Amino acid sequence: MSAMMLATGLATSLTESGHTQTGEAVLFWFLAPVMVLGGLGLLFARKTVHAAMSVVLVMISLAILYIAQDAPFLGVVQVIVYTGAVMMLFLFVLMLVGVDASDSFVETITGQRWIGFLLGGGLAVVLVGVVLNAAGLKPTGLAEANAGGNPARIGELVFGHYLFAMEVVGTLLVTAAVGAIVMTHRQRLTPLVGQRERAAARVARIAQGEILTPLPAPGVYASSNALDVAALGPDGLPLQASVPRVLRIRGQERSIDEVHAATDATAQIGAARTAPALTEETQS
Amino acid sequence: MSLAHYLVLAAILFSIGATTALLRRNAIIVFLGIELMLNATNLAFVTFSRIHGNLDGQVMAFFTMVVAAAEVVVGLAIIVTIFRTRRSASVDDVNLLKS
Repeated sequence: MSAMMLATGLATSLTESGHTQTGEAVLFWFLAPVMVLGGLGLLFARKTVHAAMSVVLVMISLAILYIAQDAPFLGVVQVIVYTGAVMMLFLFVLMLVGVDASDSFVETITGQRWIGFLLGGGLAVVLVGVVLNAAGLKPTGLAEANAGGNPARIGELVFGHYLFAMEVVGTLLVTAAVGAIVMTHRQRLTPLVGQRERAAARVARIAQGEILTPLPAPGVYASSNALDVAALGPDGLPLQASVPRVLRIRGQERSIDEVHAATDATAQIGAARTAPALTEETQS
Repeated sequence: MSLAHYLVLAAILFSIGATTALLRRNAIIVFLGIELMLNATNLAFVTFSRIHGNLDGQVMAFFTMVVAAAEVVVGLAIIVTIFRTRRSASVDDVNLLKS
């Protein structure tokens, strides 16, 4: 059949010969193997992300084929809706359910793999056979139907002849969106813990010795470098919590009395040094 | 190259999608197989539209895309719900009705 079509000679237009132009043929023979490989990638890929990416490849190739087939509107919609929205939704759900979840290849039904391949191959043979048998095709071409622009013509059809179907499809979309929201809605089993509830819980823990305010800063004494000395509270007693926990555990904390002893000793040495100088000053 | 080649390509893609839906266990991959089948029918629609010289086929492909988008939304919501309860995306683990 194809030889007969080739025999009709150099074709200029689709309507005269039933053949496409050379550029389109080159495009097709480049893209068709890519698409079949992408499909096989979906069938055989072990990782789900690889399968999804090969389907993306198939869908982008399909968009190019649509544009080559005088359907630019569908080509653009294919990229926007399928590749842009649907496949990204797939990837989102993939990330949600865990990318690592690899497929098990253990057969639960004996021989399911071969039965599946047999059915798939049989389907391919039957479909291709039907197409090739019916292929005494006299293509009309879309030059006349696309006059005035493909999107405009499709718009006239969609909002004219198919208006009712368009409205029904709109209802379907809204229903699907509501359905998805309802289905992924999760019933709250535990009460919501917000800012107010957290605050109430902390205040309730005061009875167990919880301190609400920031811990007091350690006292600073000139002689002691001070991080190891407890601050004094308003009642004059040292606040043990003001010393860093690490120092307390190591036992490097110093009490006020030790600091006083050290400062007193320093003060006496200082007084002994400055006393003669002071007397000299008063004499002069 | 005649337009029948497009139809053959569509048939092959449809068969690959159907085989995927038959063989794979991961619900998402099964779903991707169904998407591939829908896309293959769209290619056939567009090709038939070109053969017959009117745009009804392209309008049909357009409606198929819209319905497929709605189907994907609901189907993925089902998969997410099943994953939440069963902690698995495998179609073999959805067996609560079995015993």
